[in-house]
Amino acid sequence: MKALRKQIDKIKPHFEKGGKLEKLHSLFDAIEVLIFVPDRVTSRGSHIRDGVDMKRVMITVWIALIPAMLFGIYNIGLQYYQSINVEAGFWEMVWFGFLKFLPLLLVSYIVGLGIEIIFAQIRGHEVNEGYFVTGLLIPLIVPVDVPLWQLALAVVFAVIIGKEVFGGTGMNILNPALVARAFLFFSYPKWMSGDKVWIANLVNGEGVADTFSGATPLAQAALYETDSMPSVMNMFLGTIPGSVGETSTAAILIGALILIYTGVGSWKIIVSAFAGGLGMGLLLNAFAVNPFMEIPAYQHLIMGGFAFGAVFMATDPVSGSQTETGKWIYGFMIGVLSILIRVLNPAFPEGVFLAILFMNVFAPLIDYYIIQANIRRRLKRATSN
Amino acid sequence: MSKDKEREPLFSSKNLKLLREPLGENNPITVQVLGICSALAVTVKLKPSVVMALSVVVVMAVSNVVVSLFRKTVPPRIRIIFQLVVIAMMVVLVDQVLKAFAFEVSKQLSVFVGLIITNCIIMGRLEAFALANKPWESLLDGIGNAAGYGLILITVGFFREFLGSGTIFGYPVMEKLGIYNIGYENNGFMILPPMALITVGIIIWIQRSRNRDLVDKS
Repeated sequence: MKALRKQIDKIKPHFEKGGKLEKLHSLFDAIEVLIFVPDRVTSRGSHIRDGVDMKRVMITVWIALIPAMLFGIYNIGLQYYQSINVEAGFWEMVWFGFLKFLPLLLVSYIVGLGIEIIFAQIRGHEVNEGYFVTGLLIPLIVPVDVPLWQLALAVVFAVIIGKEVFGGTGMNILNPALVARAFLFFSYPKWMSGDKVWIANLVNGEGVADTFSGATPLAQAALYETDSMPSVMNMFLGTIPGSVGETSTAAILIGALILIYTGVGSWKIIVSAFAGGLGMGLLLNAFAVNPFMEIPAYQHLIMGGFAFGAVFMATDPVSGSQTETGKWIYGFMIGVLSILIRVLNPAFPEGVFLAILFMNVFAPLIDYYIIQANIRRRLKRATSN
Repeated sequence: MSKDKEREPLFSSKNLKLLREPLGENNPITVQVLGICSALAVTVKLKPSVVMALSVVVVMAVSNVVVSLFRKTVPPRIRIIFQLVVIAMMVVLVDQVLKAFAFEVSKQLSVFVGLIITNCIIMGRLEAFALANKPWESLLDGIGNAAGYGLILITVGFFREFLGSGTIFGYPVMEKLGIYNIGYENNGFMILPPMALITVGIIIWIQRSRNRDLVDKS
């Protein structure tokens, strides 16, 4: 370690102002901070000393995502071997899934971090950890076979339009990962919906039995084929077709527990989103006129990307509501709107990402009214006696 | 006016500025943020964008001159209704011409030709400029502002048609380049209205990062 430190200190002057490689300052800084804890300390004033910084928060979310990611990798292989009707061992499936998932992950990180570094250089910022979680979220919410150039384009769009135009990490109005998904969904619907894209290589259809359908449970429900939907257990465990990381409610719940236990994700948002979804499901059940509306309300929570969105997307502290009461309203509306769009709007097979983006836009408004109400209440208390 | 005072040349630098400024640092769309609605609605393809731009140039130039000619005779209290009559007359004329000679484009533009009447840029320039200036300056101001509007419209239309449909003026550029064969696909998002807003936003962003004076002080 000492040798490495020495080496870094030796080349450091080149990257500082006036040095030969000043243009690569941001890159150098990013790597240095990645390897060593920065030695800059605050020099005056009183500060709260706490181990929690952006790096710690981001790494916690990253760890919480690992179960969903690992299951996703396994599920890619599982779905593939099922579709071509071949018996395969556990590790064979994992290896296949890994080879399919790795390019998505690499494209997401290389393109995203590249843009972050360029912007940091232009604006004279440091490269921060802002993209660390987004870079893992994006490959988890796309179908496995999405063309890599489209993914790269979506990442470019998400980082620039979703984040950098507003001033970078912490300033964004919308969740950048969902911006990437929305961009893909509206730009290249062929690769983002239908019943062929969710399972690796199914678009080519080689070796697939004629009767095999790669439709997600949601798609089947939308076509009123509720009889052919997978069992509740399968949907909960996640052995169903879908976007890479969204299928397994069980794995997502492990992540949710990590987020809630560490306090990184707001339990209020998660709980109220599930409550909202369940409530809307029950409401639809009450007025059911078609098989899709008759689906038991709890099943809505384990289908599609609902759980993933509620746990990992809605809880984004930057784009979500900041006030405690606001979190309840924000989460609840996400749940309600997700199910509403999903069931009643035939144009969108899944409503979660739209609902969250929509509520992202409304979060500041909710906070504003909560704060105003609070001010009024306290003012009244102060002036009444 | 005294006789020895020289007449101002038609294209004096002051007058040229009336033409030039709306194209850049005082653009009606990107700086004054007027006329956004039609900029989003008609820019899916390049051809309607160009036709729309030309229509607005004609409407605006003529109405500016007419209003300027009557600026001393029209009582201030009824000036708005007078302006509306002038604009409406021009819009109806343009609409009829389009229907007669470019029916296809007229159908694509549909209601938006009629809605030129409500284009905030036109009323804005009549109120702010034509009512207080001579016909010649008003003509230049009208052409300048309409051209500034048209410039943005055509830029947005170009990118939306090129990236959204892979064509330019209906000519299949992307197909001729053979880009589809290597897996390229048209971006369906570009055809939807939100992308027009984002394209205009990007143009505003680029313009303001090059010209810092335009950045709003908060």
